[in-house]
Amino acid sequence: MKRPRNKAPNLDEARLRQQAIGVRLRQMFDEVVSEPVPDEFLALLHKADERRSGES
Amino acid sequence: MGAHPQPAAGDAARDNAFRQELTRLIPQLRAFARTLCGDATAADDLAQDAMLKAWDARQSFQMGTNMKAWTFMILRNQFYSEKRRSWRQTQLDQEVAERTLVAVDDPEAPVALDELRQGLGMLPAEQREALILVGAGGFAYEEAAAICNCAVGTVKSRVSRARRALQGILETGDYDRDNASAGDAMATILAHAERLSSGK
Repeated sequence: MKRPRNKAPNLDEARLRQQAIGVRLRQMFDEVVSEPVPDEFLALLHKADERRSGES
Repeated sequence: MGAHPQPAAGDAARDNAFRQELTRLIPQLRAFARTLCGDATAADDLAQDAMLKAWDARQSFQMGTNMKAWTFMILRNQFYSEKRRSWRQTQLDQEVAERTLVAVDDPEAPVALDELRQGLGMLPAEQREALILVGAGGFAYEEAAAICNCAVGTVKSRVSRARRALQGILETGDYDRDNASAGDAMATILAHAERLSSGK
């Protein structure tokens, strides 16, 4: 196996590793983002909104 | 905003727009809270508090500006003011990590995620949040600086230090796990990245 450019293999490898961590980090975050929002959130917001309507 | 002939009706329309936008941001707030708290239940409590705080403060928000950054800032302030969990405590024990983790298709993936979480838990607080905001939350350095109330250059250096430290932790297996051998976490993460880029 011949690599065309291996002047700075450590640099390349470091970059690859950083990218891999970045992918994982986003995935970790996105997994929570894609979870369905518990009903409690919307119920709370709805209640707060009704309070506002009641005041005016 | 221009003058409304009926201020009350204008306020209601504005409130509705605000509420819709805030509702769209709930998943993001939950994700950010989860990275701060670790524990999923505490994180949802935090996200709910932040959501209600944002709602109460809606008059002070300028419609058309970045509501995501604004709500993240509220959530972050809430977290620090309550100190419901110290940063050290978020170095998750195995049990909490397992409850927190989301099942994914790849049987190896949860392991690496667990290790990534633990690795994150070992970073200094300000490095971790900077890395999360920029690396996962999709914020520009400028936005992250506003959220963390610090200079842009400070965020940049925190992110780069966090990246280096995290890589070091994952490569040496220097996280809080008895049975981990050196480099395993990094190897799993790399293998995962390769599958992602080669396969689908």
